Amino acid sequence: MINWQFTLHPDHTINLDTNDRTLARLLEEKEPTSRICMACGSCGGTCTAAQFEPVSFRHILLMVRRGETESVRSELTKCMYCGKCTLVCPRGVNTRHILALLRTMLIN
Amino acid sequence: MHTRKHILVIGGGVAGMESAIHLCDMGYEVTLIEKQDQLGGHVLKWDFLFPDHRPAYEITNELCPAVEEKATIKLQTEVKNIVRQNGHFEVALSDGEKLTADALLVATGFDLFDAHKKEEYGYGIYDNVITAAELEERFQNKIPIRTAAGKKPARVGFVHCVGSRDEKVGNEYCSKVCCVTAVKQAMRVRESLPGCEVFCFYMDLRMFGRYFEDLYREAQEKWGVQFIRGRLSEAAEDIDQRIIVKLEDTLAGRPLRMAVDLLVLLTGFVPSEGTRRMATMLNLPLGNDRFIKPSDEHLRRNLTPVPGVFVTGASAGPRSISESISDARAAALEIAAWFNNSSQHAI
Amino acid sequence: MGFDLFVIPFTAGLAFLLVWFLYKTVEWLSHLNRVDRTMLRRGVISSKTVRSVKEVILESLLHRKIFRTNPLLGYMHMSLAFGWFLLIVAGNVEAMIFKPATIHPPYYPIFFRFFEPEAAGFPGAKAFEFIMDFLLVFILSGVALALFKRIRSRALGMKKTTRLLWYDRLALYSLWCIFPFRLLAESITSGIYQTGGIVTGSLGNILAGLIPLQSFEYPAWWAYSLALGLFFVALPFSRYMHIPTEVVLIFLRNYGIHTRNSYSSYSEIEVYSCSRCGICIDPCPMSEAAGIQNIQSVYMIRNIRYKTPDEEVNDNCLMCGRCNIACPVGIVTTDLRAIARNERHLSGNLHLTIPATSSPHHDVIYFAGCMGQLTPAVTQSMETILQQAGEDYLFLDKEESICCGRPLALAGRIAEAKQLMEINRDKILSSGARTLVTSCPICYKVFREDYHLPINVMHHTQYLHRLLMQGRIRLRSQNISLAYHDPCELGRGSGIYEEPRQILRLAGNLLPTASEKEKSICCGGSLGNTVLNQKKRHAITEYSLESLTINNPDTIVTSCPLCKKTFAQRSDRPVLDIAEVVKSAIFRDKDNIRIRENYQIPAEEFSS
Repeated sequence: MINWQFTLHPDHTINLDTNDRTLARLLEEKEPTSRICMACGSCGGTCTAAQFEPVSFRHILLMVRRGETESVRSELTKCMYCGKCTLVCPRGVNTRHILALLRTMLIN
Repeated sequence: MHTRKHILVIGGGVAGMESAIHLCDMGYEVTLIEKQDQLGGHVLKWDFLFPDHRPAYEITNELCPAVEEKATIKLQTEVKNIVRQNGHFEVALSDGEKLTADALLVATGFDLFDAHKKEEYGYGIYDNVITAAELEERFQNKIPIRTAAGKKPARVGFVHCVGSRDEKVGNEYCSKVCCVTAVKQAMRVRESLPGCEVFCFYMDLRMFGRYFEDLYREAQEKWGVQFIRGRLSEAAEDIDQRIIVKLEDTLAGRPLRMAVDLLVLLTGFVPSEGTRRMATMLNLPLGNDRFIKPSDEHLRRNLTPVPGVFVTGASAGPRSISESISDARAAALEIAAWFNNSSQHAI
Repeated sequence: MGFDLFVIPFTAGLAFLLVWFLYKTVEWLSHLNRVDRTMLRRGVISSKTVRSVKEVILESLLHRKIFRTNPLLGYMHMSLAFGWFLLIVAGNVEAMIFKPATIHPPYYPIFFRFFEPEAAGFPGAKAFEFIMDFLLVFILSGVALALFKRIRSRALGMKKTTRLLWYDRLALYSLWCIFPFRLLAESITSGIYQTGGIVTGSLGNILAGLIPLQSFEYPAWWAYSLALGLFFVALPFSRYMHIPTEVVLIFLRNYGIHTRNSYSSYSEIEVYSCSRCGICIDPCPMSEAAGIQNIQSVYMIRNIRYKTPDEEVNDNCLMCGRCNIACPVGIVTTDLRAIARNERHLSGNLHLTIPATSSPHHDVIYFAGCMGQLTPAVTQSMETILQQAGEDYLFLDKEESICCGRPLALAGRIAEAKQLMEINRDKILSSGARTLVTSCPICYKVFREDYHLPINVMHHTQYLHRLLMQGRIRLRSQNISLAYHDPCELGRGSGIYEEPRQILRLAGNLLPTASEKEKSICCGGSLGNTVLNQKKRHAITEYSLESLTINNPDTIVTSCPLCKKTFAQRSDRPVLDIAEVVKSAIFRDKDNIRIRENYQIPAEEFSS
């Protein structure tokens, strides 16, 4: 193999010019509270699943809204729907609905 | 002015006192009523003030004697009933006295949010969870900072936004002064307990006032206070009565769990019982935050839609002491302007 | 013995209906799974059959449950069902007496007046004339009410009535026509032959003065037969299929068969048994408090029946079960809904790796549940009480825990729920405990029904009740008035109503509320609904609080951490869990360790 003296790797930048944010818009339509997260992390801190594996509702929602959809796929199948995140959210984000919608839209 | 106009100031905190002093100076007759047995309001319970750490008693030491000299003071007195008659207010007081006022100034202020309502933080359940007001009381009474079991805490945590910015308790607003209060108290804890680690758990640090940012920087630089961006999700107690806090370190993007010996809750502002009563009694409009809503948030911050009724201080929303004092002076001017306008109309 | 062409529509319709229903019944019964079939076999030759017959009479004919909902509505249903039934019976008896020892074709008693217009002289002829007329009027009064209900549902105690499909309309209109046509046909015949009872006879006489009866007689009987035939043909495709299906349902239910985790033959019988009466709409808190009127069980079941699945309808439900109690047919609608939700998640898989742990040996396991971590006042009270009672217990989910699985199952992810259940089950059993106590009604229901644990599963209300009965703790009554909220999963879901009430009567003054026990209104926090937004939830919470505070109690008591947290957000007075009430009322012997009493909140602190 020829060594070209450089490697190609995916851009690390979140590029809002090129990222596809259709999913976020669809999500906003179906669940308007997906707009009002203030990223306090209450959901991630209380999450029953997060003590075992990396999963954070805050992160999932943020990434979807940035159009970085692929990076959250694996997190979505870890939710137990126990509802603690909904109960602690100081903004009243309908977390379980968002997770259910994303899961249906992205996986099954 | 053929007769001196009489103004009833309701509430003897800094706002009420400052307004009363200036109204007296302008030649009005002022009665100030206070439900407690002492003038001063919440400031009496503070040990020292941000951002310059000056003792809180300096404020009351200046205001209380001044107002006592100039205005009629009635302590342990509340408003029972108000009737509006021919442009005057017939006010019945709790001590049975009836007086006539030409204007009312509502300076009934705020109460601190009841931390029991955030059950997941364990206030009233775990002995080592206290409020910032309780910590301040210890500062003021020179009681050393100790855990419930009397040990020197090795770690103290401050929780911002308790009962503020939280729709779950029905308070969606920011209480404004808690952030800087936490920083102020965190520094004092570090100062009085060298070797104690201090953590602040915050959502956003709202260092809005002059010198507040310096305070934030000093807390980090000089006192080593650590700031963790994440709102506390829940608190538990271990067998040593230490408080285990659970939150997401949102900057690291991972759940964080740690034990602290003492957890301090920065409880926010809620409209005081007196403010709510006055609003109901006088039919004053309220904002979404349930504090009194002035006629114009920019130009008429002390005027209410009810003629002759004015508002000042924290009854119209969370405010710092210095803001309340400025606002109280503005209220005095607003009242004077209103009298001048109405007397012109009368002629 | 007569025959006339006009009997064909009726006879053909009846034959079609009978064949269709027979085919359906055979299909359903043959598709029952092994367990259900065993239950059926065992049940047939038992007292359960007798009980079923009784229930068929009381419910399918007399409509006792609807009477309880609203007497006028009950009368309407009864007059149609029972009245028609009696009319058929009386008609057959009359025919049999008139011509004994003959096997009559089915149409003969139905069109008896046509074939035997001058029938008289047989024993009780006069009485039959009267009875048949009376029954007809009885039914017609029901038809009139039904017409009135369509125009003004509120008059019959229903704020909302169902929207109809066209098959239903066809069946409904033909049903409405049957009895007026019969009245007309019999009256005309009576008018011609100067016979008939009080009603048909007199109406016949009046008509004789108005129209040429001879030329109208035949068309009237044709119309009657056509209406009957049309109704019978439309019936299997309309909501009126519930009439025969409900009978099958009653028998199978009494044999112990019920809907489980997948759509079974029994589920289908439940679906066909739904009469779409709409009685489930008004009790639904979503309808009453949140103004959502298109998702109720009647519509969900209709979607299943006509294979028009609608995720929005399926998902937007609290699963509180208030409609289960209200349903006059006894359909467990929440089970059907859970299955409907599950349809699209059949291949779901939870990708969560949870380290397997075993638990140390203790007599009792205390499992607070996920929500318990947000209600430390409850868990701390339980720990204090467990210690006070001298129990050797393990707080299983004090540190690390996973969900019980019920929220996933409620969300229609039954396969994933099972993954969690396996893990929890191992963890529970490894401790060798004989009793599992949980504070969460959601956990309790799934532990008890789906975990198949060989140990005693108790909700903490039951456990506290047992401690009191055994004298292991004692309470001193406090001067405080309490109102108790039945959590959905504990009350309607698990039938636990008395234990909490007995405990609270010992601890304070228990006041009645506006909707108690099986009528309890969901707190609004339900995990059964993933769709509902906070605003609508708040509306439901306030609706429920209104019912709880009708007698102005000092404190609201519940026994579910989720209900507690939900109410606490909107309540103007303290909301406590029953464990907290017990803890603060516990009677301590002099030599006992002092119990920390730091959660005694004065009522005025909650006024802000």
